Amino acid sequence: MMSHLYGRAVSFTCVAFVFAVGLLVAVATPVFAGPYEDALTGFTTDSFGDTDTAISGIAASGNPLAATVVEALRDGRLMFSAGGKTVFFKDKTEKLFDAATGQPAAVTPPDLAPVRLNNRLRRSVDAAIGGLTLLSPNSAIRLGAAQSVFRSRDATVLSVLDQAIAAEKEARIKRALTQARAAVILNQEDAKEADKIDAVAAIRERGDQDALQLLGSLPASSSATVKKAASDAIASMQSQLAIWTALQNTWYGLSLGSVLLLAAIGLAITFGVMGVINMAHGEMVMLGAYVTFIVQDLIRTHNPALFDYSLAMAIPLAFFITGAVGVGIERSVIRYLYGRPLETLLATWGISLILQQAIRTAFGPTNREVGSPSWMSGAFEVGQLTITYNRMWIIVFTFLVFIALLGLLRFTRMGLEMRAVTQNRQMAAAMGIKTARVDALTFGLGSGIAGIAGVALSQIDNVSPNLGQSYIIDSFMVVVFGGVGNLWGTLVGALSLGIANKFLEPFAGAVLAKIAILVIIILFIQKRPRGLFALKGRSVEA
Amino acid sequence: MLNTIRTVAERPMAQRWLAAAAGLGIGLAAAMPAQAQETIKVGILHSLSGTMAISETTLKDTMLFLIDEQNKKGGLLGKKLEAVVVDPASNWPLFAEKARELISKDKVVAVFGCWTSVSRKSVLPVFKELNSILFYPVQYEGEESERNVFYTGAAPNQQAIPAVDYLAKEEKVQRWVLAGTDYVYPRTTNKILEAYLIGKGVAKEDIMINYTPFGHSDWQTIVSDIKKFGSAGKKTAVVSTINGDANVPFYKELGNQGIKATEIPVVAFSVGEEELAGLDTKPLLGHLAAWNYFQSIKDKSNDEFIAKWKAYTKNPKRVTNDPMEAHVVGFAMWVKAVEAAKTTDPDKVIDALPGIKAPNLTGGISEMLPNHHITKPVFIGEIKGDGQFDVVWKTPGLVPGDAWSDFLPDSKPLEADWVKLKCGNYNTITKKCGGAS
Repeated sequence: MMSHLYGRAVSFTCVAFVFAVGLLVAVATPVFAGPYEDALTGFTTDSFGDTDTAISGIAASGNPLAATVVEALRDGRLMFSAGGKTVFFKDKTEKLFDAATGQPAAVTPPDLAPVRLNNRLRRSVDAAIGGLTLLSPNSAIRLGAAQSVFRSRDATVLSVLDQAIAAEKEARIKRALTQARAAVILNQEDAKEADKIDAVAAIRERGDQDALQLLGSLPASSSATVKKAASDAIASMQSQLAIWTALQNTWYGLSLGSVLLLAAIGLAITFGVMGVINMAHGEMVMLGAYVTFIVQDLIRTHNPALFDYSLAMAIPLAFFITGAVGVGIERSVIRYLYGRPLETLLATWGISLILQQAIRTAFGPTNREVGSPSWMSGAFEVGQLTITYNRMWIIVFTFLVFIALLGLLRFTRMGLEMRAVTQNRQMAAAMGIKTARVDALTFGLGSGIAGIAGVALSQIDNVSPNLGQSYIIDSFMVVVFGGVGNLWGTLVGALSLGIANKFLEPFAGAVLAKIAILVIIILFIQKRPRGLFALKGRSVEA
Repeated sequence: MLNTIRTVAERPMAQRWLAAAAGLGIGLAAAMPAQAQETIKVGILHSLSGTMAISETTLKDTMLFLIDEQNKKGGLLGKKLEAVVVDPASNWPLFAEKARELISKDKVVAVFGCWTSVSRKSVLPVFKELNSILFYPVQYEGEESERNVFYTGAAPNQQAIPAVDYLAKEEKVQRWVLAGTDYVYPRTTNKILEAYLIGKGVAKEDIMINYTPFGHSDWQTIVSDIKKFGSAGKKTAVVSTINGDANVPFYKELGNQGIKATEIPVVAFSVGEEELAGLDTKPLLGHLAAWNYFQSIKDKSNDEFIAKWKAYTKNPKRVTNDPMEAHVVGFAMWVKAVEAAKTTDPDKVIDALPGIKAPNLTGGISEMLPNHHITKPVFIGEIKGDGQFDVVWKTPGLVPGDAWSDFLPDSKPLEADWVKLKCGNYNTITKKCGGAS
């Protein structure tokens, strides 16, 4: 019967471990109607208290369906009928099964509703699943179970835990299991003192925030020696964590710096190289983010399977669309205003307002949802360092963009012409370079890069008509600080501002850190008006 | 007409242009068909551009919808209602200017508007001077009660305090992070919460207060600080008064750094259905929000409202939220008060409003209190995977809004009562009005 059900409903691995758990507990309690069925009715009252009792009842019942039911509950697939006092679960294909028998449901009750959870119940579910899946043949599930037990510190699973540790072959999981066992032991009133001291050592090895939390929250009844061991372990862990904190600040700074660089690098072209005070720069970033939204929207409706490639598709599109908008702005407005910075400032500011309101009218004022592809979600740990994938990819992406731009300016014909025109316009024109065309292309390039930045920023910020405004000041700050007209200056400027900000933030708070950075820049500009990397030579004066 | 133009021909240039423009205006007005009947004008003062447009545009649509519904029912006092929409563009001084324009130029009889506390503070003198009525629909920090303003959003005791109580009782939280955007609402709310928590026996080192600038987007440090703060061995929760726009990157960072609601729950006071619409909510499962209304609440009046709203906006995905409900209740109260007073005269309506009852959308009857706040139910909802909230707790009855918090020493003795005391800040110790200390 069991293989009949599970062969269809759940994957094979599931069968095996449920079977194993079933066998294990079947020895102790015969699988008859009783505790399991009684516990099930607790799900039908739609009361959090009853659901909690039901979860522990199910977990303790030893019924082979227990793990399936609790997993269904976690995933919102456990349904109940208040009228019929019956409980059902859906499998991944939405097929309905009777939770009492495990057979496909004959009729679907009209009042079927999912069993609701709150945070307290989610913790109970997590603990129950941890206990029920410790012996799973799937190593990922075992690891998850060990972590669940570490969090729940549920003493009832101790015997299963010992069994799991004895049977475990993978060192990584064995360590997790041992730490879970230590967590349980430390919270057990009647455990031996020697065991507790060993447990402290096992936790000490873990060395992270969770370990600190566990050792910091020992039950008051613990003996003095255990408490002493724990506080020693905390002290030594904290000194290690301080080093990690510094590393983490550097990483965060690098990440903030890369975002600043990405936002500013387009401006380094339009403002730095061309000298146009482009207040609409932020709106180019915003347009890029909206291009990402449109691409994702089309993918969602036409071919959801391609979602993970949405950003790759959005990058060239964003570049060309915002680049074209940039060329349009240059040809229609800016080219009449060269050499008149005040008018340019006002005109581009007007353009920025027009673009904002246009987007607001077209897409509405509310945020648009831009999803993260699976490879940009979540985090991984390096030692005690949590590195989130989206930040890491943005750093990588920023440097790629930077290198590509440097290459373009240094090694292509277009780059050569751009440098020629900005250094000496008359001479370049005399050599046969169409300066007007180069102006338009340069502005288009700067705008296009801002568009690409928008694609990346859509992953960490709101996609709303106001997106650009939050970056325009920071972008000017970076370009001015780094030195106008120098891409390397922009790079160094962005990264040093990012890192300085992140080292100030823990002490001063986010608001003061930002103010402090501005003050530092003002003072710095007093000393070196041309920024970190000042251009030298006659062209500077032109 | 022709005469007018000929006579001004001899005047100086500037004057001539002015007169011509005026003449043109008169001409246009004359060309339009005469207004068929007199209308009652209602002002809508919500930002349609700038940073706050994200939240306020929906409220403008809500008001247009409510006025439309009322007109379908035959209007008010036998006249049709007419909405006058202005755009204060998220610019605080412009709020005051536009409010003046609505009241003195457009002759509106009541205004529904404002979102941020600073915009409300900016229009207050205008409403006092021109003696008009403002309905303010957003949850706010309290510490205010004005004769001309009716507060239909939550006061701190209708949102913040119950939320903290819930966390302390149900989640056994002992350590608190109060995180907010750096402006008046979070600062005052956190001041009240801090006093409240310390009064409940929470140690000072178990409270971490953190402020961030508007639109803050780099949350890495703060989120990891919260993680660190939460690893001291006591159950920790975050009480967030972070303002609209900054929430998306905040929640994204929470999700990415793997802070789950089962470990460190975040309860937010400014995150509703509208804000979640721009987010993938699956990593946020179980984080909380405290409001007086949720779209997911099953009630006949709510279902009806949502269906009508979706039909009106012709958008089946359009969500509803708490400030919208506040406008629904506030508008219904104003209509009833005008009907009771049989006039739209502000003085009479202001006197008629306290005691007026109107059904809210969650099955209760809200009442306008003498302190110009209303009674509201309080709900705690957990974020679900579909961007909606699942109500996990609610107050047994309706909670009356308290203008002056009892947890701040300065405002404890103050009382607002516009019926008996005719005062918004009566000091019960010195027995004097105007006792704000």
